[in-house]
This record gives sequence, C-alpha cells and structure tokens, in this order.
Amino acid sequence: MSKQAIAIFAALLGLIGCLTVLKSSDAYAAGGEAIHIERHPWSFAGFFGQYDKPQLRRGWQVYQDVCASCHGLKRLSFRNLAEPGGPEFPVESVKALAKNWDNKIFAGPNEDGEIVDEDGELLVRDPLLSDPILGPYANDNAARSANNGALPPDLSLITKARGIPTHAIWYKHVAIMARDIVNGYQEGGADYVYALLTGYKDAPEGVQLSEGMSYNVAFPGHQIAMAQPIPEGGAVEYQKNAGAKTSLHQNAEDVTAFLAWAADPSLDARKNLGWLVMLYLLITTVLLYLGKRVIWSRVKH
Amino acid sequence: MADHSSTYEPKSATAKWWDERLPIMRLLSDQMITFPTPKNINYLWTFGGILTVFLLLQLVTGIILAMHYQPSAAEAFNSVDNIMRNVNYGWLIRNMHAVGASMFFIAVYIHIFRGLYYGSYKAPREILWILGMLIFLAMMAAGFMGYALVWGQMSFWGVTVITNLFSSLDGIIPGLGTAIVEWLWGGYSVSGTTLNRFFSLHYLVPFVIVGLVVLHIWALHMTGQNNPTGVEPKTEADTVPMHPYATSKDLFAMFAFFLMFAWFVFFLPDYLGHPDNYNPANPLVTPPHIVPEWYFLPFYAILRAIPDKLGGVIMMFGAIAVLFFIPWLDRSRIRSARYRPIYKWFFWLLVISCLALGYLGAMPAEEPYITWARIFTAYYFAHFLIVMPIVGVLEKPKPLPASISDAVEGGKSSSGASAHKKN
Ligand code: HEC
Ligand code: HEM
Repeated sequence: MSKQAIAIFAALLGLIGCLTVLKSSDAYAAGGEAIHIERHPWSFAGFFGQYDKPQLRRGWQVYQDVCASCHGLKRLSFRNLAEPGGPEFPVESVKALAKNWDNKIFAGPNEDGEIVDEDGELLVRDPLLSDPILGPYANDNAARSANNGALPPDLSLITKARGIPTHAIWYKHVAIMARDIVNGYQEGGADYVYALLTGYKDAPEGVQLSEGMSYNVAFPGHQIAMAQPIPEGGAVEYQKNAGAKTSLHQNAEDVTAFLAWAADPSLDARKNLGWLVMLYLLITTVLLYLGKRVIWSRVKH
Repeated sequence: MADHSSTYEPKSATAKWWDERLPIMRLLSDQMITFPTPKNINYLWTFGGILTVFLLLQLVTGIILAMHYQPSAAEAFNSVDNIMRNVNYGWLIRNMHAVGASMFFIAVYIHIFRGLYYGSYKAPREILWILGMLIFLAMMAAGFMGYALVWGQMSFWGVTVITNLFSSLDGIIPGLGTAIVEWLWGGYSVSGTTLNRFFSLHYLVPFVIVGLVVLHIWALHMTGQNNPTGVEPKTEADTVPMHPYATSKDLFAMFAFFLMFAWFVFFLPDYLGHPDNYNPANPLVTPPHIVPEWYFLPFYAILRAIPDKLGGVIMMFGAIAVLFFIPWLDRSRIRSARYRPIYKWFFWLLVISCLALGYLGAMPAEEPYITWARIFTAYYFAHFLIVMPIVGVLEKPKPLPASISDAVEGGKSSSGASAHKKN
C-alpha cells in the first residue's frame, strides 16, 4: 500500500471514530430558538428499511378519518392505494372507497354547456380509481376561509417538503452530515410531521396565543392554526387484526408513515434495485481493480 | 508529445479505403489507444474521464426527462412530480439527473484543485486551463437553470435572488441594471416566461459544454498531460500508452465513483437538495432561508460577505474571473506543489477557505458567520492576487527530479520528498 492509501485509510478510521463518539442526542443540541426534534426509528429508514404494510393501512385509516376533512392528497390517485409497495388494499375495496369519497370530481361542462345543475350546484361525479384523492375545498381561498385564514396544505409531498435543520457547531455539523450520509438518513420530514402531530402542549407562561391558534413545540414560531388533530387517547379505533392499539403516538406514527409512502411511493422498489446495483458495481469495481493491477505490474510507476 | 506521430496502420482493404477518405480510426487510435500518458499520474487524473461520463449521463437522462417535462409555470412542478410517480422508472431517471449534477460538480472541483496543486495551468497549458474554466462557467449556468426547472419554492426564489443581483448595476448606470433584469425575466417579475427560456437554455448549454470539452481535449492532446512531478516526459520510458494503462485505471476509478453515485441515487436521492423545493413555487411566500444548491455555496458566501450589493456581485463574479488569470498570476516556474515547500501550505489554506466558504454559504447571514465569511473571502482573493505572485518569486523550490522515471526509481513511494532525498 502506498503512503497515500494509508493516509486515506487512517482518515476514514478517524472519521468513523468521531462518528461513534458522537451521540445522536447531543449532536444537534438545540441552541436559542432552535427546535429540537427527535429522530424516530421508522421501518422505512436506512438502507434496508421498507414500508410496513399493516402500518400503511392503519395510516390510511387515520388520514381518511381525521386529516381528510381538511387536507387533500391530490397527487395520489385512488389506484395507488392498491399498487405494490403501498397499503395494497384490494382493488374492489378501493373502487368502493373511491365511489363513496365525499370530495367529488368536477364533471362539467355537460352537453348543454352547463357547469351547474338545476339547483345551482356544480356538476360532479364519483371518483374512479384513476382520479386524484381530493380534499374538501374547491380552491385555496375556500380552504382559507374555512380555516381562519390559514391554508391546510395538500399532504401528498409533505414529508419531502419538510425537514429538521441541524443546529450544531460547525465540526459537529460536519460530523452529523457525514454520519447521515453513511447511514442513509432521509427521514427528516417524517420526523418533523410526527413531532408536529405529537407536539401540542399548553402554551408556556407568558406566551400569548392569537385567536384560533394552538401551541406546538415542533412548529416554527410555535403558533399553529391547526387545532390538535389527534387527541391524547388517539382518534381512530383500529380493528383487532390491525397489528397495533390506538393511542396518540400510534395514530401519529401510522399516519406519518402513510404520508411518507404517499410522498415517496417508489421507496421499496428503489432500495431493492439499489442493492442489486450496488452489488453489481462493487463486484465490477473489484474486478476492474484486479485487472488494473495486473496491467500496471508490467511498469514501474 | 504534440509530435506524437501517427502509429496507425490500416489492417484491411476497407480500413485503408476509409483511412484515405475519413481517417477517423486513425484519430481514435492515435488519440485514445497509443497516445502516450505519463506513467506516474495518480488517481486525481482519473476525474477527467469521470467528468466526460457524467456529462453524457446528464445528456441522456436530461433528454428523457424533457420528453415528460412541461416548462410552464402551471405545470412544471406537477410534471416533475408525475415523472417521479407515474413514468416508468421516472424516479430513477430524475434521481440520476439531480444527483448526477451534484456528482458532476464534486468531480469538477476535484479536477480543478488537482490542476491547482500540480500547476497544470502553467505554460504550455494556459488555453487548456481557460477552456476548462469556460466549461466550469457553462456548468454553473446549466446547474442554475436546471434547478429552476423544478419550479419549487427554492427554484423560484433562487432565480429571483440571483437574477435580481443584476439590478445592482443601477449603481453604475441608472436604469441599466433594471433593464437587464427585466430582459432576463422577459417581464417585470420571475414568471412562466422566465421558466420557459430557462428550459430552452438548459437544453442548449450542455451541448455547448460538449463543444468546449472537445476543444479542451484537443488542447490537452497538443500539450500532453501534466503529472505529479510537473516535469514533462522526456523519453519514451517516462510514458505508457493510454490503452490499456490509463484506460484500465480510469475504468476502475469510474466504477468506484459510480458506487458513491448509486449510494445517493438509491438511498439518499433528496439529501443533496432542499426540502423547500418540494413545495410548489409561490411568489407570495418568501422562504425563511433562501439557499442555492450546495455547489454554489462558496460563491454565495462571498456575495453575502460584502456589505454592498454591487460590491458583492463584483466579488462573486470576480472570484470566478480571477481563475482565468492564474496562468499569469503564478510567478513560479515550478509546476508541482510537491517541489514548492512554501506554496504547498498556502494551497491547503485555499482548500480550507473554499470548504469554509461553502459551510458559511449555507448558514444564515448573521454573526459570527459574516465575519468568518469575510476572513475567508479575503484569503481566497489574497491567494491568487498576492500569494501566487509573491511566493512564486520568494520561495526556494526543492530540486526537481531529472525525469519522471528518475522520480519513480527514487523510492518505493513516488512522493516528492523521497525522490528528492535520492538526488
Ligand atoms: C380542522 C382542519 C384540520 C385537520 C383535521 C387536520 N389539519 Fe393539518 N392543518 C390544518 C391547517 C389549517 C394547517 C395550516 C397551519 C398553519 O399554517 O398554521 C395545517 C397544517 C398541517 C401541516 C403542515 C405544518 C407545517 O409545517 O406547515 C401538516 C403536516 C398537517 N397539517 C398534518 C395533518 C395531519 C397528519 C392531520 C391528520 C392527523 C391533520 N393535519 C388534520 C388543518 C387541519
Ligand atoms: C451539463 C449538463 C446538465 C446539468 C449540470 C444539469 C443540471 C440539472 C439540475 C441541477 C436539475 C434540477 C434537478 C432537480 O433538482 O430535480 C436539472 C433538471 C432538468 N434537466 Fe438538466 N442538466 C444537464 C443537462 C440536461 C440536458 C442535456 C437536458 C435535456 C433537455 C436536461 C433536462 C432537464 C430537465 C427536463 C429538468 C427538469 C426535471 C427535473 O428537475 O428533474 N438537462 N438539470
């Protein structure tokens, strides 16, 4: 081995040493306004992580029973709920679900060019498998006017659109980055949503909440226009064979996992293919290295 | 090496027929098979090949993306989401393109610092260096406009902030800056019109890069490659034919690099991006922190380090412009920092400054970050404008090996120190 190689090897060892010394808790200790958000052990985290199908099914139930009254999921179609890698509900039940979905699909204009019926209601039809999972509001203005001026965002991409910032001194920051790359940490958004749903607390002394606002430890600024959606005891009663008992934490974890799937439905396929690709590359790299050594053994260099 | 004379011999009648009409096989054979490469070049020399592959990869994935992408303010974000969800293996193509851009920049930064360390910009390689800098500029344009195409919050606000910089030119000629900004936007604000022209240019620029790369390689093959000693090859014993030597080494390095690429594509596809870019662009909501892609962060830090807007813009562009002049700013006749005991330390100081500026560019524009950004900005410029000219004259270099073979024979490891001891 050349000196260079030894130096690189030593540097790598040092790095790994630093990473193991760093405990995740003190690593991003919050300073000042920084909000501390725990990392949660998701089933889909890391290199081997995959979605837990029963959990996705429970999560859909929480979404349907609680969140859907304010939030849409418009980037998903009903058919996605039956596809591999997701909750994988039977197609027939998804069809029925779509048919009974409260938020209908606009069906105008009809042959006569009308967009409303005799009563002045918009022409609508029941959703099909291929239709988007719409929320209750026709547009953002309607959503705002029903929610004290606040907009409940569409949740299709929410776990990708949020993250947890690292607040740490620079050398820890760099170490955390390195560790996250080595561990394949991509669940910041899910960690945030879970922390948000379980983060409702009484406002501390001296904090004046505005009209219609709730106190939440995870939300930036701590005042959120969404009232606590899942109460302490949990909001949704799971069926006996659902694999978990209801509670705030369980409901929150399940719906967050479901939203993570909604934002990244190809995760299972991606990681499965990823391992094959890595394996192929690794073997080829080793073979190429050996070939290179044989070729270069002919010259002094 | 420019006089590396042709060794190609057509082996068949057909080959001879072709060779008399379009000697393309001769060109390939002379430039890619028998071309002499210094036998002591290390793995830092494999990044040129890696860059070429990543350019091609961006072209292929980009052209596929463009088949499904819709460059309008209303549909851009939705169409990217549609690629991720509904296009067969669209997630793979999109991840490869987004991560590929980052890998492209990692490789180009290593490639550039390699050149800085071993003095590859010095005569007779000035044109080669300048062509490289033009490629770097064009890459930044491509990366910037590509990121805009997603039309998420960071896309929109990144474009707004960066294009708005030109309005500072109003400080020189009133109205000039505003006119330029409105011309860039195609209107009075960043809009679908802006997005549309960015798409057009994002498609064009990579092909301009291809042209520049051809010139870059042409210039390279006129002068031959530099090497860790900085001593030009003198005899045939100093070089090996490109194939199978350089090719086998390049191929191995390329696959090792692909391992890292795949790691990100399959397990960390969003790590290098910003979560806010998964929120659709909204001109009414300004994100709390607007940050560009990581590869622009050092320049962004320089921009924000200067208290005056016009000054910041000048320094930011100056930070790139100064790189064009270093073949003449560096007064040392020795190429490789291996034989430059003083300059070597300054080189590492430059590396640290650039990394620090990258970190600071990601931090909010407040104390103590601003002061640090000013310190490192000052060093960045001092390195090129003061250190390079002065150290080059003052420093007493270590003795150079008589030839590459000499340096290699000098010791087990080919490090400069041991080669020197033997002399
Ligand atoms: C009564 C209506 C209502 C219900 C029910 C509801 N939300 Fe919300 N949600 C809102 C509103 C309003 C906001 C916007 C809050 C703000 O901007 O202050 C919001 C915001 C959010 C956000 C974004 C927070 C951020 O960082 O911007 C998330 C995530 C969220 N809701 C998740 C959920 C989940 C999960 C459920 C179901 C368990 C749910 N919500 C149920 C009204 C609701
Ligand atoms: C120099 C080579 C190139 C670089 C550095 C580059 C860089 C980028 C970047 C950084 C993005 C944003 C990625 C994201 O965050 O999702 C992007 C998007 C895009 N690029 Fe390129 N690109 C290159 C070549 C091309 C080419 C040749 C095309 C062909 C038309 C192309 C088409 C697109 C399209 C359609 C998008 C939007 C879709 C998306 O964001 O995934 N690119 N590019």
